[in-house]
Amino acid sequence: MTVTISEDLKAESKNLNFYYGALHSLKNVNLPIARRRVTALIGPSGCGKTTFLRCFNRMHDLYPHNRYEGEIIIYPEKLNIISPSVDPIEIRMQISMVFQKPNPFPKSIYENVAYGLRVRGVKKKGLIDEAVEKSLRGSALWDEVKDRLNNSAFDLSGGQQQRLCIARALATDPRILLFDEPTSALDPTATSKIEELIIELKNEVTIIIVTHNMQQAARVSDYTAFMYLGEIIEFDKTDKIFTAPSNKLTEEYITGRFG
Amino acid sequence: MKDIKKRIAFNKFKDYSFRVLGLLSTFVGLALLFALIADLFMEGAPRISYKFFASFPSRFPEEAGILSAWVGTLLIMLVTAFAAIPLGVAAGIYLEEYAKKNWLTDIIEINIANLAGVPSIIYGLLALGMFVYFFKFGESVLTGGLALALLILPMVIMATREAIRAIPNSIREASYALGATKWQTVWWHIIPYSTGGILTGIIIGLSRAIGETAPIITVGALTFIAFLPTPPVSSDFPFISFKWLFDPFTVMPIQIFNWVSRPQQEFHVNAAAAGIVLLCMTLLMNAAAIYIRYRFRKKIKW
Repeated sequence: MTVTISEDLKAESKNLNFYYGALHSLKNVNLPIARRRVTALIGPSGCGKTTFLRCFNRMHDLYPHNRYEGEIIIYPEKLNIISPSVDPIEIRMQISMVFQKPNPFPKSIYENVAYGLRVRGVKKKGLIDEAVEKSLRGSALWDEVKDRLNNSAFDLSGGQQQRLCIARALATDPRILLFDEPTSALDPTATSKIEELIIELKNEVTIIIVTHNMQQAARVSDYTAFMYLGEIIEFDKTDKIFTAPSNKLTEEYITGRFG
Repeated sequence: MKDIKKRIAFNKFKDYSFRVLGLLSTFVGLALLFALIADLFMEGAPRISYKFFASFPSRFPEEAGILSAWVGTLLIMLVTAFAAIPLGVAAGIYLEEYAKKNWLTDIIEINIANLAGVPSIIYGLLALGMFVYFFKFGESVLTGGLALALLILPMVIMATREAIRAIPNSIREASYALGATKWQTVWWHIIPYSTGGILTGIIIGLSRAIGETAPIITVGALTFIAFLPTPPVSSDFPFISFKWLFDPFTVMPIQIFNWVSRPQQEFHVNAAAAGIVLLCMTLLMNAAAIYIRYRFRKKIKW
């Protein structure tokens, strides 16, 4: 299905197909990503939502036998980011990712956030200090850690670690922020903090979030895509999807009849 | 009911029998080792003194010492470490992080595991052919050190790979997702987080190398040396000299072998004393390995 929305687009996938070796796991995926909005990808396990998300920063290039077909265009430059002639590193520098389980580096809190800048060759301590503070404020962690920036990131709680990972992803001013089930390993309190943060962050950055939790999608996202067996079954404004889905399968999934 | 009780009693008897058998087996091993060490200490300990460390070998047992032997062992270990560590760690990192996983890397992996089990004398023969005859390094510290480096290279490679494998993939993905290259990921993450495991492997390798005799004899270490290699630092320009690399040498195990093979009882005492020193060197290295592993485990828990 092709869908159009009446907003500024940040990215758009066009007839995207993805293969793990012989396994055809994304089938003709078309999806617009609105600028500075949260787009949620929902669907049962194995439907390809994480696979789709990982196309956006070319994570699949890290492993052999993976193959993309079609296009993911980013705007305004209309660059096809999955084209083989585009360096995946160039894409990852602009599109950050927050993973399912908090995965801070076993380094200090400061170094975790500074890493993206170090990768980019930033050496000036002043610049790094500034970015670290800004990102930690951005991820609502600054007040909790400002006095212990040199402590190990492993001393933080799970929720704090995940917010640290968000700060790490923010430090390099990404154009799109990808969240892969960011709260699935966290307790409800930590989860609601992350959700508030996502709503806050969309004022500055375009967000795509994969979630297993439909309430979460309903709470944080502006648009929702329901995926099933590697295809987008339905895409619409979140309100519409959760109140009046037009597809039977979507309705069955969101009412909990399968998945 | 009575039958079942009988059955249980019989089963328990078997259980108990194995307990006794196992305890005895453990005890035999431990007791023998303990007796060996005790015997070594009783015979050799009185001979250990400052003079023993500071004297060259001699025709007179009471004047003979292990100066050239321990200096030789130290220098050989230095060469071995300098050669085996960069090569082994680089190879391990390459195989884990860079090499594509295919049949070729599988074959390489199996062969490295096999190389670790090759008898040490074979490495001696290889070193004799390559370093002594082909590269003309002579029967020198350099040749001996390189021979032992070859011997422990597979161990260093395997330890490096094990240590790297313990790093969760999520850490690599976190690094790549920020736009890091392979080398940046290796330099900032893979090497620092695997240092503990790598160091432990290196030290265990070196502590095996320190006791090796066969490859060292094969490349032509001397059994009687009454001089030290050229000092590496001197007061004259250019102050640093690498001539010691090409000097002849002896090492602890060879010195021990030399003394044991003499008929006089007094020399056997010297051998026991040198044995204690060698044993302590090995134990110290193993203790260092355990300490390093403990330190790093405490710092990084996945």
